Amino acid sequence: MASVRLRIISAIQQIAREQQVTLPPLEDDLSLHETGFDSLGFAILVARLEDDLGVDPFTMSENAAFPLTIGDFIGAYENVPA
Amino acid sequence: MSPREPFALRDYLGPGLAGRTISDARQIVSLTDIPEQTCLGGRLGELSARSVLLAVVDQLTSGIAMTEIDGVARRMLLSPPDIDADHMRTLMEEAAIDAVVTDHPERWADAGIGLVVTAGRPAPAAAKARTERATEWLMLTSGTSGVPKIVSHTLEGLTGAIVAEGPARDAAAIWATFYDIRRYGGLQIFLRAVVGGGSMVLSEPGEPIADHVARLLARGVTHMSGTPSHWRRLLMSGSAPGFSPRYVRLSGEIADQAVLDGLSRAFPKASIGHAYASTEAGVGFAVNDGLEGFPADMVGHSRDGVEMKVEDGSLRIRSARTARAYVGRRAAALTDSKGFVDTGDMVELRGDRYHFVGRRGGIINVGGLKVHPEEIEAVINRHAGVRMSRARSRRSPITGAVVVADVILADGDGDGRDAIRNEILADCKASLAPHKVPAIIRFVASLDVTAAGKLARHDA
Repeated sequence: MASVRLRIISAIQQIAREQQVTLPPLEDDLSLHETGFDSLGFAILVARLEDDLGVDPFTMSENAAFPLTIGDFIGAYENVPA
Repeated sequence: MSPREPFALRDYLGPGLAGRTISDARQIVSLTDIPEQTCLGGRLGELSARSVLLAVVDQLTSGIAMTEIDGVARRMLLSPPDIDADHMRTLMEEAAIDAVVTDHPERWADAGIGLVVTAGRPAPAAAKARTERATEWLMLTSGTSGVPKIVSHTLEGLTGAIVAEGPARDAAAIWATFYDIRRYGGLQIFLRAVVGGGSMVLSEPGEPIADHVARLLARGVTHMSGTPSHWRRLLMSGSAPGFSPRYVRLSGEIADQAVLDGLSRAFPKASIGHAYASTEAGVGFAVNDGLEGFPADMVGHSRDGVEMKVEDGSLRIRSARTARAYVGRRAAALTDSKGFVDTGDMVELRGDRYHFVGRRGGIINVGGLKVHPEEIEAVINRHAGVRMSRARSRRSPITGAVVVADVILADGDGDGRDAIRNEILADCKASLAPHKVPAIIRFVASLDVTAAGKLARHDA
């Protein structure tokens, strides 16, 4: 599962570079709001991760709540049924 | 109503100009001899005052049949070869078709049509055909996925732009087009050849581009038209060197600066023009200064019989060249109360030029902010390493949609893709609002082009 986490972190860092956002340290309890990403940034992240990991956990389930923290976000990908 | 004699296509053919031909990959037919011949086995008289479906698969036979039927039938519905059979039944009802001209009579044996006339190779006719009336020309719109709409034109309207440019401006022109001549863009070129006194080299479905170019060279083509997608395909094929047309014409899609520049590099001796035309609005105008968009002073008053205005962001055209009406029971009004056709093509004024930004129906909505895929493509196509691109919508659980760009590189699968991706992103960021910058750039080997020669936009 570590590789999923690393790929997500790497995608976040890539988008931050493109959007010229300075990221705080990406701890699990960091709220997504505090990353400095706007909704477009997250939309780009979710689309790229779908290409990279083959899943979009937020579209797969009708009632999936959007995560609040980095840990929740990564967890949503780690807990996708295979 | 009109005291004038109706004129018909046959009036432009005849012995006056010798050596004129129309050809495809298999045969060359003399246009000069056409008035003395029949491709309908001498059965033209049976089509008098009929509503005729021209369902001829072979493009060459179809073109010759048009010159024969025009001025005799009441109306003539031109069918491109790729019309869905169910759609065809609906269209025939809408157009009240009571006769079919076809090169595949067996397909129509059980269709319940009283009169089926077989079209084939032209043979000497017993009597010269006589023009009886102004035939209504019915054409199908392209680009939508449902049943196409039928629009009604007159020959006078269809040839308005050609006649306006003066008699036989290029009498020796040998025209070719990537389009099928049963579609508006292709028909314009066929009519240019017939009315202008030239010759015509037809496209051939499925023909490899190198073979097509070899044929253009062998027949000495001087004037050629197609969509920007058609032309990009030619540029990509590596077949362009050796071909040296005098006139290169683009229509049917937005001609961005990158494709205009690419063509002027590939064809340094050619005059390169992009024309605005649609099945409904007819030929609006042509721009020959090598720049994308069109001068703003073309809007607001009548020029060469064409009047344009911009309302709610879209281009509206009023002229004698627009279609007369939509045909059929559920037909909507083609023009507004003042006679303007709303083209649905959105334009934006930048400095002293209007630029086309996309189709009204093709907008991508990113979190409530709108973007036309074409404006993104125009930026991406400016990159020297890019040959062609398509921006499209992809659903997003966060913003509803994001933009994805599919890009064909000029240099196939060379190295440095990541560098090019970053450069494209930087270009987009520099000239587009953040929501218009593609979320994802994919490099692809090819992009689908529709039968009408336009970039396929599945999400539009």
